[in-house]
Amino acid sequence: MEDLLNAVIVLCNFVMIPAIAYGSQLALGALGVTLVYGVLRFSNFAHGDTMAFGTMITILVTRWLQSVGLTLGSLPTALIGLPIGIAATAVLLLGTDRVVYRFYRLRKSDPIIFTISSVGVMFVLNGLVRLVIGPEHQRFSDGARFVIRAREFKEITGFSEGFSINVPQSITVILTLIAVASLFWFMKQTRTGKSMRALADNEDLATLCGINAERVVAITWIIAAALTTTAGVLYGLDKGFKPFTYFQLLLPIFAAAIVGGLGNPLGAIAGGFIISFSEISITYAFKKFLGYVLPQSLQPEHLVQLLSTDYKLAVSFAILVLVLLFKPTGIFRGRAP
Amino acid sequence: MNPKNLALFAVVFAMLVLVGLLQSWTVALTILNLCLISAIMSLGVNVQWGYAGLFNFGAMGFVALGGVAAVIVSMPPVGEAWAAGGVRVTAALLVGAGTIVGSIYTWKSLQPGRKRWMILIGMAGTGFFLFRFLFDPAVAAIENVNPAATGYLGGLGLPILLAWPVGGLLAAGAAWVVGKTALGLRSDYLAIATFGISEIIIVVIKNEDWLTRGVKNVIGLPRPVAYEVDLQKTDAFLTWAPRLGMDPVELSSIFVKLSYAILFTLVLVVIVWLSQKALASPWGRMMRAIRDNETAAGAMGKNVTARHLQVFILGSAICGVAGAMLTTLDGQLTPGSYQPLRFTFLIWVMVIVGGSGNNWGSILGGFVIWFLWVEVEPVGRWLMDTVTADLPEGSALRLHLVNAAAHMRLVVMGVILLLVLRFFPRGLIPGK
Repeated sequence: MEDLLNAVIVLCNFVMIPAIAYGSQLALGALGVTLVYGVLRFSNFAHGDTMAFGTMITILVTRWLQSVGLTLGSLPTALIGLPIGIAATAVLLLGTDRVVYRFYRLRKSDPIIFTISSVGVMFVLNGLVRLVIGPEHQRFSDGARFVIRAREFKEITGFSEGFSINVPQSITVILTLIAVASLFWFMKQTRTGKSMRALADNEDLATLCGINAERVVAITWIIAAALTTTAGVLYGLDKGFKPFTYFQLLLPIFAAAIVGGLGNPLGAIAGGFIISFSEISITYAFKKFLGYVLPQSLQPEHLVQLLSTDYKLAVSFAILVLVLLFKPTGIFRGRAP
Repeated sequence: MNPKNLALFAVVFAMLVLVGLLQSWTVALTILNLCLISAIMSLGVNVQWGYAGLFNFGAMGFVALGGVAAVIVSMPPVGEAWAAGGVRVTAALLVGAGTIVGSIYTWKSLQPGRKRWMILIGMAGTGFFLFRFLFDPAVAAIENVNPAATGYLGGLGLPILLAWPVGGLLAAGAAWVVGKTALGLRSDYLAIATFGISEIIIVVIKNEDWLTRGVKNVIGLPRPVAYEVDLQKTDAFLTWAPRLGMDPVELSSIFVKLSYAILFTLVLVVIVWLSQKALASPWGRMMRAIRDNETAAGAMGKNVTARHLQVFILGSAICGVAGAMLTTLDGQLTPGSYQPLRFTFLIWVMVIVGGSGNNWGSILGGFVIWFLWVEVEPVGRWLMDTVTADLPEGSALRLHLVNAAAHMRLVVMGVILLLVLRFFPRGLIPGK
């Protein structure tokens, strides 16, 4: 019995908790992609770099706060910087919309033109972030590191396996719950949220009914800014910030949004967790877990790892390709490709 | 080619000459060589996007496969590694391929339903574990053979020029698989799928050390042209250098770079000639008809799916050739250097700026954008130096700005793309 419990603890500690945290970060990112796709009808390749931009602003504000001695005690100071990061990103996104996308929207250009111009925005943001903060890896999480430490857990419970939850992970889960709940409340209950869904469903009909499309687009960008920056800051608190990593996060985020069905917010959340759980469980070595579960005679000699951890990125894409092949509209029905 | 286009090309060459005069001829020739390779890559993407409207964001993967071809063709085989696990790896790969083919066959031949899923999962699962059973020990054995120097199977030891067509073929093969699976998708979805597949290709190249040495890099690939050191020893060279008023070392490096430039130009000329012929032929008209209106072309009895696959393979093969050429020029395969910004999106900037659908446009785009990509850095550094001249020497801000100048090129590329897209949506040399 104790072996079984130990096995469960191992699994929770090395698969469940990291996957839940990573999945929440992906879900927030994918929500941004999906909202922009739903309302503006293009895949925003600048998403990863927008995330990097928001995180960068938050880091700069955090550094300044730390230098004047203002911190949150055991919570990371970045939480005070986050609203400012969101505001700056919102200004940036509204700016790019005004300078780049609005022109094509008014001309009703092909979605491909939007996507290609988002590549242009991606280049600019990518360069900008590297110009300002540099391409190096940065850590900016301060305050307490752990909610539960592995050693303390062992001492209190008497199990031979440790179990730990760190602060960034728990903040990730709490903030994601708040963000998702308020997003859904906004979409279902408020007038603006309803007009957003109406516009996503049928643009012509919505405009005919007197919905101000430009206003809805602006609000979409602001919400996207909030979701993206939060996702970026949470990821950064958890694993550190590096511009190139953020650019690469574009891949699992797209995968999550498509797996769930592009344009479908609920799908984006589910997609985030599907991607994170598959990435982590396929590349996790189950040796220790099986050691507890299986009888002595069946103990595995190998790591029992389906794929090496280097293939994490490939896993999300293999899933993406499979979904695109067998169910292109995603698991929760999104827009048809 | 009308006078305006000729003038555009003349401007680019004048810029290259200017670099030769102001910086050095070696720099100018280095830029020229990469301009030629970039032009071929952008021709490849143009064949897909400009001829057929296929939104491929996976150029990087095919370029990298070309690089792998260079290693497989030209490096000497490592006999010990073949003895250690060559047969077993081959067997494993055959099992893997067999499993995939078998699964696809099962999927197609059985009735939909739970039974089909059960058989498919059983088959794929068995295949996977059999593959791993054969593959893992063989890979471990191969990678254990002198890991610091080899640790991989090596290549065939053939002349590296052969790698260029082979790179094209390898990329074409991969493109067939990718096209078969992904071409059913449209616009954004195709872009994301190809983008993902190209990343998967890079991850595989980075991690399968037994094939490509992974991030340990393969260095010292054989060259199709002379080595500088050998040139410097020849009498003719030593007599010519003073007559030209040059240092023998410099002259040898220029000679080598010029030889590459001639080889690359030959390839470019052949590919452009073929592309132009294709574009002007009935086939080219059909492609444009499909691009402009798929439904109408389909109704006229054209097989849209087959033509898309065909053009996707052709374009990717051109990228593969360019990739093999690039690795030949570098003399090494460094999987870590394949980044989407540089090998996928920059090529797209070239195609869009040059003018999609026009081969000359793609070449011009390749030249202009590569030239800027290289030259923005020194110009940016000079600019930063000027801007920060009033700041005290060694000030943190000044150091930061001067060091950051290298990233200016990304911003410049983005701005160029956005400006061209907005104000000259058809590019420098518009297509028909």
